[in-house]
Amino acid sequence: MIEVKNISKFFDDTQVLFNINGKFLPGQANLIIGSSGTGKTVLLKCIVGLLSPDEGSVFFDGRDFHNSGRSEIQDIRREIGMLFQGGALFDSKNVEQNVGFPLDMLTKMPRDEKLDRINFVLNRLGLANSNKKMPSELSGGMKKRVGLARAIVNNSKYLFCDEPNSGLDPQTAIVIDHLIQEITEEFNITTIVVTHDMNSVMEIGDYVMFMHKGQMLWEGPNSDILNADVRELQEFVYSNKLMMALREQSS
Amino acid sequence: MKIIGKYFIFLHSLFIKRESFNTYIRLTLDECIKVGIDSIFIVVIISTFIGAVTAVQTAYNFVTPLIPRYVISLIVRDMTLLELAPTITAIVFAGKVGSNIAGELGTMRISEQIDALEVMGINSSSFLVLPKILACVLMYPLLVILAGNLSILGGYIAATLTGEMTPSEYVYGIRVDFIQFNVTFALIKSIVFAFLIASISAFTGYFTAGGALEVGKASTKAVTSSCIAILSADYLLAQLLL
Repeated sequence: MIEVKNISKFFDDTQVLFNINGKFLPGQANLIIGSSGTGKTVLLKCIVGLLSPDEGSVFFDGRDFHNSGRSEIQDIRREIGMLFQGGALFDSKNVEQNVGFPLDMLTKMPRDEKLDRINFVLNRLGLANSNKKMPSELSGGMKKRVGLARAIVNNSKYLFCDEPNSGLDPQTAIVIDHLIQEITEEFNITTIVVTHDMNSVMEIGDYVMFMHKGQMLWEGPNSDILNADVRELQEFVYSNKLMMALREQSS
Repeated sequence: MKIIGKYFIFLHSLFIKRESFNTYIRLTLDECIKVGIDSIFIVVIISTFIGAVTAVQTAYNFVTPLIPRYVISLIVRDMTLLELAPTITAIVFAGKVGSNIAGELGTMRISEQIDALEVMGINSSSFLVLPKILACVLMYPLLVILAGNLSILGGYIAATLTGEMTPSEYVYGIRVDFIQFNVTFALIKSIVFAFLIASISAFTGYFTAGGALEVGKASTKAVTSSCIAILSADYLLAQLLL
């Protein structure tokens, strides 16, 4: 479980996160949603340690991440997998080397075992026979899947996904969403997904946090989101015609 | 001052939380090929021509018969050892390798590859930058030795083919009044310049923020800053060691 307590973050004199609290349970897809520029990615970066919060703490199964010693932070980081918005694949490495990179760096696994693990993860994500392809030869969806494979290859306990659907067509986006959900349940991972895609919210959002202007305004299961009594959330949810049509149909 | 402070903190970060020794050996060997072997062609071309031009222009300026002709090759030798081989090659090296380092790290920064390393618990600055610095410090002195030899050879070819000197005059000038310390001085300079080029370029690239435009700017800035640092260090070393 990941617990966020009273997180605040400033950039110079501008406050971008205001006292954020939340609990993210394992085995479920936890979504942080909100419009662009609301601080979702900043919150995610504070949780994974790419940014330091000015106030507050993040606990990984009770371990205080930002107030731990260097070796403890390293231990926690080695349990983290992250899917970046653009995939963040290493350009000079092929798919197999990209996916195997955490195993090379963080484990002393024998070569054969390593290859088995890489092939298992690639097969699981529908990337069989792509081992030798370079990132430049991959489509956007494949890059995301390779990024996801790299994030889970080391049996990560915590999975973070930053806008996993950005730049993807709706069909591929759903495939990625379902992969994230399946992996989360299959390996009992604590998953946090940052998105502004309402399709993802309705497809995989077990637990949803809504952020607006650096504040967390609502949290709960996705089944409650359509009837939530928060004006900003309503505006966000019903900002597209499809959702508005759904609301009119249901009413 | 703030940037200089940040630069020294960056250098310090290369030596904390390092990966295993074997990892660095592998990465450094890869970088040696990129920064050393791949630079041989340009170094060969430039140093040979610089030696040839130095010989021809020195001969052109010798209008009095009172100065013996062998002085031409003596000047080519000393200019090559003291300045041309280590410093001019360093400027070329900064343009080729420095811009490459800054561009590579800048692209890795904006495409979140550096963040990916950090999330995995890897010290990205040490992992990415230390092998580049080690490779430059190892390979650049070898390039300078190559450049020095080729520059003197270029002078020999130009001076003898144009009929300015006989081969024996040229060889005599190369050997007369030879100061061994000049070679040591050239190698000391080459190590200092290599460190400056690699570290300044890496620093510029590593802290790139923005997009493709900023990566281009970082590459340009890396070359400009490296050249200024090379020339400043060149003057300082000349004052201190000669």
